[in-house]
Amino acid sequence: MSKFRIAVHITPRKGLLDPQGNAVKGALQTLGFKAVKDVHVGRYIIVEADAHDALAAEDAVSDMCNKLLANPVTEDFEIESAVPA
Amino acid sequence: MKFGVVTFPGSNCDYDAFRAITDVLGEEATYLWHKDHDLQGSDVIILPGGFSYGDYLRAGAIARFSPIMQEVAAHAKAGGPVIGICNGFQIACEAGLLPGALMRNAHLQFVSAEIRVRVENADTMFTNLYERGEILRIPIAHGDGRYVAPPEVLHELETEGRVVFRYADASGAITADANPNGSEQNIAGIISAGGNVLGMMPHPERACSPLLGSSDGVRLLESILTRVAA
Repeated sequence: MSKFRIAVHITPRKGLLDPQGNAVKGALQTLGFKAVKDVHVGRYIIVEADAHDALAAEDAVSDMCNKLLANPVTEDFEIESAVPA
Repeated sequence: MKFGVVTFPGSNCDYDAFRAITDVLGEEATYLWHKDHDLQGSDVIILPGGFSYGDYLRAGAIARFSPIMQEVAAHAKAGGPVIGICNGFQIACEAGLLPGALMRNAHLQFVSAEIRVRVENADTMFTNLYERGEILRIPIAHGDGRYVAPPEVLHELETEGRVVFRYADASGAITADANPNGSEQNIAGIISAGGNVLGMMPHPERACSPLLGSSDGVRLLESILTRVAA
């Protein structure tokens, strides 16, 4: 077993109203960033865990996302490649 | 009848629920600590409002894994009545006792106000003392109350009469203006497929006395007595 560091991006499901993202978008546009078309605000979670290899570490985090870290009804998640911690 | 009121770290409406049951309803109530595994013979479980576990991760996401929730889930599965109010509704959704989820209010503001809901189904164990179409005045106090669910789930809820309460204006009209948080189809409360789990964002336990400005919540609790005792 070795220790891995796995990062996950959790974002509001596409198509669902994202009031937080809209508020930030509005603020950016007010600031003069007229090119901004869309903003989404999510969470970034870093998990450190023991696993046999990187793939097993990523699979474990995927399981964690399905069971707790992300809400299957309202959120999508994307797991970054596991790196040795 | 015995009501069990679950106290999670961060619950803040457990006392209100307890008092509504003992003082207004005149029934027995007991607090159930989130770390316990014993419902202490409770007939009805109340998941109260508050900010369990500081709403870390998502509202209700961590509370769902409290030890007592295993017993609550088993109680619900066996047909036992469970009421999730506000944070309790969020917990019930996270625990899979009810479908859908509650997201940040569309306007991003925390709303603490007395609102009106229309009774959409008066043939449930929680609403049988109301009339269908009746308008109730009940307070809300939440920042994450926007009910969302996939289209097929919403369709199921609607066709099966499982939308129990809907945000309405004083005349009973279901309008966008009367929707305090942007919930889909103005949904304020739903029941499970089995009809024994109710989740609602408004606080009936805070509408139990003229002193509190409304007594419209009393019949919700009384409804359970008539149905469960029968």
